[in-house]
Amino acid sequence: MTRDTDTDTPSSHTHPLARLETLALIGIGGFAGANLRFFATGLLPEVGAVLLVNVVGSFVLGFLLYEAQYTGIVDRQSRIVFTTGFLSSLTTYSTFAVQAALAASPIWFVAVVVGNYGLGFAGVLVSRALARRLSGGASV
Amino acid sequence: MIGPELALGLEALVASSVGILESTGTGIALDLDLEPAHVVGAGGAIGAVLRHWVYTYTKLADADSGFPTATLAVNVVGSFVLGVAVLAGWGDSTMQFLGIGICGSFTTFSSFSVETVRLWEAGDRRLAAAAAGGNLLLSLAAIGLAWVVVTVTI
Repeated sequence: MTRDTDTDTPSSHTHPLARLETLALIGIGGFAGANLRFFATGLLPEVGAVLLVNVVGSFVLGFLLYEAQYTGIVDRQSRIVFTTGFLSSLTTYSTFAVQAALAASPIWFVAVVVGNYGLGFAGVLVSRALARRLSGGASV
Repeated sequence: MIGPELALGLEALVASSVGILESTGTGIALDLDLEPAHVVGAGGAIGAVLRHWVYTYTKLADADSGFPTATLAVNVVGSFVLGVAVLAGWGDSTMQFLGIGICGSFTTFSSFSVETVRLWEAGDRRLAAAAAGGNLLLSLAAIGLAWVVVTVTI
């Protein structure tokens, strides 16, 4: 169940052009996601910008996946392209890890890690509650 | 014997060809004056497609344990490469393309957080803790390794 949260498995019967289309859409999503993340670093200090995109990205990805589980309005293929291309590129682990590694003090290290982990996980939990509410309180 | 006109002509020819070489040699990387956002975006597209390739065409996503190995792999590898780029002090364009673009998009926080919360929900709390701690510890170790590589080679 967890392995399929953010990707698709290759199917041998997919037409090569359809696979190429998927790659192109993922590339476009990656372009936009990286761009928006870069834009955020221009607005906020870098640690705050990474925290913001990671929390927002975790929330939206969580919402799309729980929504798919509860109601399934968003089409599977477009969900994969949007999540794999855009959201996963909007959020980043490497910059977060480097920020933690180069933290000026132990307190700052803890703040960076607890901030991203705590608010990122909280974003997923909030998205689950929202998806459940929108699905009409279906008990899953 | 080379007459003065011919010598001047050769000189001009050499000068102009050197000029061409200079403009083409640096043109691609510097003289085009690319928008940073385009450089970041191009890297982001490459990083996203590479990550998709890891999730789709390697065995990493098919771990029987249910542990999100593919996410761990992209995050650790991307942190290592970004660590090298930052610690080696690579230039602005390279950082935008490789660091913010490719490494930033290749690694993912959203998949990590959703997978970890879902493991926890499913009752696999040890796997969830291993994912949370493993991504952090191995990525920090990868940045430590990057530091060693940069210090040894520079």
